[in-house]
Amino acid sequence: MKKPRLCISPGNLALAVLLLLCAQPALAHPQKGEAVGFLTGFRHPISGLDHVLAMVAVGLWGAQLGAPAIWLLPVAFPMVMAFGGMLGLMGVPIPGIEYGIALSAILLGAAVMFEYRPPLGLAAVLVGFFAIFHGHAHGTELPPGQSALLYSVGFVMATGCLHALGIGIGTVHRWEWGQKAVRVAGALVATGGAFFLWKAIA
Amino acid sequence: MNQPSKSRLPLCAFAGFTLLMWAAVPAEAHLNSTGMGPFYDGLIHFLLSPEDIIPVFGLALLAGLRGAHYGRRALFVLPIAWLLGALAGITSFASAPHPFIAAAWFLLVGGLVAADARLSLRTSTALAGLLGLYHGYLNGTGMGQSLSTVVVLLGLVFAIFVIVALVAAFVVQLRASWTRIAVRVTGSWIAASGLLMLGWAVRTR
Repeated sequence: MKKPRLCISPGNLALAVLLLLCAQPALAHPQKGEAVGFLTGFRHPISGLDHVLAMVAVGLWGAQLGAPAIWLLPVAFPMVMAFGGMLGLMGVPIPGIEYGIALSAILLGAAVMFEYRPPLGLAAVLVGFFAIFHGHAHGTELPPGQSALLYSVGFVMATGCLHALGIGIGTVHRWEWGQKAVRVAGALVATGGAFFLWKAIA
Repeated sequence: MNQPSKSRLPLCAFAGFTLLMWAAVPAEAHLNSTGMGPFYDGLIHFLLSPEDIIPVFGLALLAGLRGAHYGRRALFVLPIAWLLGALAGITSFASAPHPFIAAAWFLLVGGLVAADARLSLRTSTALAGLLGLYHGYLNGTGMGQSLSTVVVLLGLVFAIFVIVALVAAFVVQLRASWTRIAVRVTGSWIAASGLLMLGWAVRTR
């Protein structure tokens, strides 16, 4: 069977060139705008694997521990992380940020791997303590010239979505195979944390 | 082989289309003649202003968590206070919104939702009134004094009324515990955004 040939007549070609010459700038990359603020804020927490690992681990651990930790930990983390972000924005220094972030992935991953069940208060304090490091790192890295409000909203929403992802994965915990799968996920998070700690030290 | 007879359908369709175009009435798409343009300006202004809509959303969540009575109170107090604040703002000198106060509203409203605070009806009403007066005043200072300003305000207040009605009614009917927790988590996000805004406000100073 003969394939149809794509023919462009000179007239059509000339018309296309003329239209292209008449095209106006698309202005697709506004330098400062609210949509940019939201999208860059939303993208920020999910752009670094070290942050992603820890935030997903919080959700996994919450799912393992069950109510009320399943909602208390994902509430505590963004709140304290925002506090850490505020400190970073204000220029308050915190030493060893990168170590703290890597350790958070190691310890939270290990908690999931061993199904560690501390009292609720201790779990919240542990999660909150590490959230300060993540928030501070984000706070000091925030780009200038963005919409503060929408950037903040996007930032917090992305963090919450990562926790929700962890909780979603953790729902398989009700089955025996799921419990093993969650523990394996915890081991992977801890391994990733060890890698980032090694990178921070090296 | 017979030549296919040429259909007269395209010609008839063209004639019909031309006739329809000829008979078309003005679309009035820009609401110049109906006078509803400023109304939608006000409505859209509110819906596209996150610094306004998020505290209102949070207050509606809070009212919904507390019950239908609180929701009904917020439904009327907030828009009326907003309108009064805006009317006061129109007649006063312009003032820029203070970033600390905007962050404080986020923190306060979001924190109360996250904590599922058991406020009295009087306190909840006062909160709605204050929020409406403050944000309405800021909206008012940004508007010029003209005949259409009142219509803009009506659109704005209408949008607030609809948002509070929808959100509060939705939350009131939630019964499952996890759904109420989801509402509180949303409140914590609003509060966390307020904390970050506070940091931004300090950094830009």
